[in-house]
Amino acid sequence: YASLYFCCAIEEQDNELITLEVIHRFVELLDKYFGSVCELDIIFNFEKAYFILDEFLMGGEIQDTSKKSVLKAIEQADLLQEEDESPRSVLEEMGLA
Amino acid sequence: MSIECVPPSIGNRDDSISFLASLRLRMPAPIRLRELIRTIRTARTQAEEREMIQKECAAIRSSFREEDNTYRCRNVAKLLYMHMLGYPAHFGQLECLKLIASQKFTDKRIGYLGAMLLLDERQDVHLLMTNCIKNDLNHSTQYVQGLALCTLGCMGSSEMCRDLAGEVEKLLKTSNSYLRKKAALCAVHVIRKVPELMEMFLPATKNLLSEKNHGVLHTSVVLLTEMCERSPDMLTHFRKLVPQLVRILKNLIMSGYSPEHDVSGISDPFLQVRILRLLRILGKNDDDSSEAMNDILAQVATNTETSKNVGNAILYETVLTIMDIKSESGLRVLAINILGRFLLNNDKNIRYVALTSLLKTVQTDHNAVQRHRSTIVDCLKDLDVSIKRRAMELSFALVNGNNIRGMMKELLYFLDSCDPEFKADCASGVFLAAEKYAPSKRWHIDTIMRVLTTAGSYVRDDSVPNLIQLITNSVEMHAYTVQRLYKALLDDISQQPLVQVASWCIGEYGDLLISGQCEEEEPIQVTEDEVLDVLEGLLVSNLSTPVTRGYSLTAIMKLSTRFSSVNRIKKVVSIYGSSIDVELQQRAVEYNALFKKYDHMRPALLERMPIMEKTASNGPTEIVQTNGETEPSAVEPKHPPPVTQPTNQANDLLDLLGGNDVVPVIQTTMPTKPASAGGELLDLLGDLSLTGMKLTLKHCFSLLKGKPAT
Repeated sequence: YASLYFCCAIEEQDNELITLEVIHRFVELLDKYFGSVCELDIIFNFEKAYFILDEFLMGGEIQDTSKKSVLKAIEQADLLQEEDESPRSVLEEMGLA
Repeated sequence: MSIECVPPSIGNRDDSISFLASLRLRMPAPIRLRELIRTIRTARTQAEEREMIQKECAAIRSSFREEDNTYRCRNVAKLLYMHMLGYPAHFGQLECLKLIASQKFTDKRIGYLGAMLLLDERQDVHLLMTNCIKNDLNHSTQYVQGLALCTLGCMGSSEMCRDLAGEVEKLLKTSNSYLRKKAALCAVHVIRKVPELMEMFLPATKNLLSEKNHGVLHTSVVLLTEMCERSPDMLTHFRKLVPQLVRILKNLIMSGYSPEHDVSGISDPFLQVRILRLLRILGKNDDDSSEAMNDILAQVATNTETSKNVGNAILYETVLTIMDIKSESGLRVLAINILGRFLLNNDKNIRYVALTSLLKTVQTDHNAVQRHRSTIVDCLKDLDVSIKRRAMELSFALVNGNNIRGMMKELLYFLDSCDPEFKADCASGVFLAAEKYAPSKRWHIDTIMRVLTTAGSYVRDDSVPNLIQLITNSVEMHAYTVQRLYKALLDDISQQPLVQVASWCIGEYGDLLISGQCEEEEPIQVTEDEVLDVLEGLLVSNLSTPVTRGYSLTAIMKLSTRFSSVNRIKKVVSIYGSSIDVELQQRAVEYNALFKKYDHMRPALLERMPIMEKTASNGPTEIVQTNGETEPSAVEPKHPPPVTQPTNQANDLLDLLGGNDVVPVIQTTMPTKPASAGGELLDLLGDLSLTGMKLTLKHCFSLLKGKPAT
């Protein structure tokens, strides 16, 4: 994937070809989220890449096979995060209010 | 840090607090995550980076000490970045726990991530998480519940799982599909960690497959698979789900385009593959279940689009399922043919996968796989190393009496041109196959020669005795063999296994060599001196290993009863009596002794080797008494079927060596042997110490057989 390499460890009984599809799905999710994902996106937003991974896989298995569903959940979670960080006044920043 | 404040008046508490507060305000806020990343990336050397990291870690540590809630999240995030680069971050573990306990979603998000990255069951600290997770599992916001489930499902220890399994089970029954799918995977992890808890999830699995939501369906199938794999009882219980699974699969295939789950025209391949895998487990060893899934398997196998990897992934899983269950033979042939088609695919991943699967099925469906033999053999020429290896293994598995000549040609060609890492295995495989299916002795010897001359240095050490045994037993080929080996030696003495086998043969059959008796090919003219030159050349060559030198010395010694140049041989032997190499020295000294004191026994000892009955390569060992100590030695070959009665002398000889030795078959013409050899042998025993004699003779005998001296 251009300058991005992904590697995945699987067990002996796992289907290698579908694993390639899993990797591809993850890349698609990153791509949709960041808009044409590149190396720098992942470096500077590594925690977001993790959040997306944690919404897609758990314990090594796929949680949801719908791209739309996974992206929606991340979007909502991001919104929650933004609500948290509602604008604080300068005084609040200084701890004086 | 700039300190601008009004010093408090002594004794005024409020003023002190605001003094301290104003002190803190002036401390620069910890830098942002992105800022840190940018800074670290400007480092030009490892040392520079380490310095920046250490500085930042120190700042973070002091920030942690101040129990600052505002910036804890930012600091932990930075710590996680540095941890990713490989720097220690253990001091952040407790901070993660504090973040998890916070009410802010941002804090929890980073806190749980930190827990997953920095904590595992080896740290006692992780147990402190349990209560937080419990609370969050019951949180009002599903995304918080999701975080908790995710963390538990990724790194939960068995203690945590035990404590929280009840909560997970509750969530498994919720109608919220977002939570249900996560709870299912979390349950998988709980079961992996604490298998005894499997039972408690059983009731919740009742309606899992009637879900419409693909996320829940997928994770439910994973959960069911895990339970069936771990418990035969569960497996029996869930067999009744086969019709339902077949139906779901059928719907996926037959349904029209569904944008949400489509991948290159295939509807939810991930779910299809998981269902196929579960069907495999349910159908194994069960006729009824296998019968129920025959149709759908055939349908998937024939209707799946194969132009992209995703279609092939499904076909692959289907093939694995067909081969594992009790499918009808037509279906099995279909499966093998799919694999055969895979072998012709341009994508090397698919070729690789096909070879691996064929290797698994070659024992059970041998004939079907044989049909694809030529394609498999072509894969030997593939550029990819792992494909070559699998093709080689598979080729050896496919060799039989009918195709041996053709296959061997291909395999020998492969041996010539393959990478060194393959040569040893390939050579061993060739020897094995040749032994089993050789169409003629001549062909067998030629094949051995070919391997020794082309891959001689890669041949395994244990092949040498096996080859010697083979050559000994091919009685009518002795002259041809020794002639070919001699010629090979003239060309090249660097390949030790070749040299060892050749020396042994020349020692044994040197008389045939110089008498020019070869029938199979033009006999060469060679004199005794020329032969001895070659063997002596081996002794002095730097290319020869100590083992090889031992072989050639013994060979020279044996020729003393076959050649007439006994004096020359005596000289060589006596020279090596003072060799630095202890092994050579011992041999030379003992051979010297044969010349000097036991010359009358020499012919008997050095006579032609008898035919050796093939034993298993790891045959039973026998304890032989020597000098009061027991030492295991390879058991002598078993009794051959009714045979000409050997002479007494040979018998006595073997008796001396102790143990239940075989009665050898002496078929070849024996060199002149004094009739009284045996009698004198017995006389000697009366005089000498028995054990010393036994040692010497035993030693000689094993040397003569081409085995390393014990």
